[in-house]
Amino acid sequence: MSLFDWFANRRKSNSQVTEPQEREIADGLWTKCPSCGVLTYTKDLQSNQMVCLDCGHHLRIYADERVQQLIDPGSWLPLDENLAPTDPLGFRDRKAYHDRIRETQDKTGLIDAVQTGLGKLDGLPIGLGVMDFRFMGGSMGSVVGEKLTRMIERSTRERLPVVIVCASGGARMQEGMLSLMQMAKISAALERHRATHLLYMPVLTHPTTGGVTASFAMLGDVILAEPKATIGFAGRRVVEQTLREKLPDDFQTSEYLLNHGFVDAIVPRTQLKKTLAQLIRLHQPYAPTPLTTHAHGVYGGSTTSSVNGFTHVLEQTEHLPDGLPLRLSAEES
Amino acid sequence: MPNSDRKPLLLDFEKPLAELDARISQIRELAEENDVDVTDQICQLESRATQLRQEIFGSLTPAQRLQVARHPRRPSTLDYVQAITDDWIELHGDRSTGNDDLALVGGLARLEGRPVMILGHQKGRDTKDNIRRNFGMASPGGYRKAMRLMEHANRFGMPIVTFIDTCGANPGAEAERLGQGEAIAYNLREMFRLEVPILCTVIGEGGSGGALGIGVGDRLLMFEHSVYMVASPEACAAILWRDAGKAPQAAEALKITATDLLQLGLVDQILPEPVGGAHSNPLQTAATLKQALLDNLAVLTQMTRQQLKEERYQKFRKMGVYTQLAG
Repeated sequence: MSLFDWFANRRKSNSQVTEPQEREIADGLWTKCPSCGVLTYTKDLQSNQMVCLDCGHHLRIYADERVQQLIDPGSWLPLDENLAPTDPLGFRDRKAYHDRIRETQDKTGLIDAVQTGLGKLDGLPIGLGVMDFRFMGGSMGSVVGEKLTRMIERSTRERLPVVIVCASGGARMQEGMLSLMQMAKISAALERHRATHLLYMPVLTHPTTGGVTASFAMLGDVILAEPKATIGFAGRRVVEQTLREKLPDDFQTSEYLLNHGFVDAIVPRTQLKKTLAQLIRLHQPYAPTPLTTHAHGVYGGSTTSSVNGFTHVLEQTEHLPDGLPLRLSAEES
Repeated sequence: MPNSDRKPLLLDFEKPLAELDARISQIRELAEENDVDVTDQICQLESRATQLRQEIFGSLTPAQRLQVARHPRRPSTLDYVQAITDDWIELHGDRSTGNDDLALVGGLARLEGRPVMILGHQKGRDTKDNIRRNFGMASPGGYRKAMRLMEHANRFGMPIVTFIDTCGANPGAEAERLGQGEAIAYNLREMFRLEVPILCTVIGEGGSGGALGIGVGDRLLMFEHSVYMVASPEACAAILWRDAGKAPQAAEALKITATDLLQLGLVDQILPEPVGGAHSNPLQTAATLKQALLDNLAVLTQMTRQQLKEERYQKFRKMGVYTQLAG
């Protein structure tokens, strides 16, 4: 074998090993950032939660990685893992839907496009749903709708805040109108969650479009987005083609939505867990640092209504640090 | 009602019918000129025409139904309002976006004496009107107006009646800027909070989220030849078949007809249309609609606020088909 042949063979065998992959994440030792092209040692990239160390580009991550990033180790309780899609319409485009389901399941090891469960985020119990773009573009069919609805209902019963990480092209066309109705079903569950004064925060990641945008993605009490994610109702190409309108460069990005008042904050992935925890804690009932061994006597309790309670408060103020008992001192005078 | 004096717009599958009709009138003219009695022949031809019309409209493909649903002469929201209500007064504006969306209209009216809030998509009657009404594609302002009017109805204890007839929500850049997704999402959630009866009818085209934005109700009725779809067959074909020309196949596969949706448990009742479609006899169609609305309102207005909310929740809660894997 000549040296030339050796190179040729090597190139051939290499190209067979690394067959073309749609996904941005390489399983190899090194990963190329799709935005700036810089090669990074994959382990370094992973320890930075798949955010490019060079340009800050957020590479696509899978649902299980997201769960790992957000949920404290050992606290994850997955829900409804066995819920699987069927083919209720007998849908066939260029390929039969049930074949498409099976192939995608084999390829990804997922059953459908969302993972749901209960877990602790920085010690705070939450209900979490994470969509996975790998599974038919994160599209929402009956399974996505049912799993999210069940998770929200359970969170309402257990009085937990809900976080849903969105990544979806929208409703799954292969399940027709059943998919569209999932938008209403999930919104209904969110209405009940909301009616009991519980916190819901969607996190919009690249991409969040169509029926997902027109339902649970936009229904948050607080809406967070990852930097530079595409977020919109109609696809950019649809907007451009159907109406022949010239669009600004940042059209339908997280930044565009922030500027137009539709998301509360853009949070880099590396700060997401911290920010969510901060927000959840800000919504917990206010309880000043325990001061004495007394179980009650804090703001919002029954302290001010009765004479006994009042004296109780007076006793406590003696132990309070400076500046804190403003309201109490007013009552005193 | 659409002006029936004008020459009817023909759909391609109606051509054999039109030819037959033309032949009948030709024979009639000839007979009159030559003073011949052709009553028998004409009777025969007319009964054949009736039969053919029934055959054609009895076995429309989903793509053909879509054509009927999109027929430019098909009665629209304001046509039905005019035909079946009294005391109609249109109300305008969402009080926030700074203009009034004419693609989604709403107002107060009496239905056999009972005050109701009526909302509906409104397509134009001609090109000029269509441009004004953006072809019935509502913008965020339209959905927010709808929500404002529904809140109003909730406050005053009036039933809400919605008419769905849109090919989809406005996909324009301005609509995106104003939060099209958020506007629809908000309606979906809040309609589950309302404590008055909500009665939705697909009168023509039910286009995806744009339709659902006023489509969360206690009952969903559909006209026989109306359609309701997750995505337009054109868009679906372009995405899944990568060929917009495959729209008829997509229409078939998507299961968009009233009968399909009744079978899937998504629709509660199908309203029959005159042979030839709603536009062939708008007044008869309006009478059917009115009766169906009254019948359903009679039941819904007997229910308590809590019952309405609970049953609306359970109605949508059941939607979806999936399976539980063993293990």
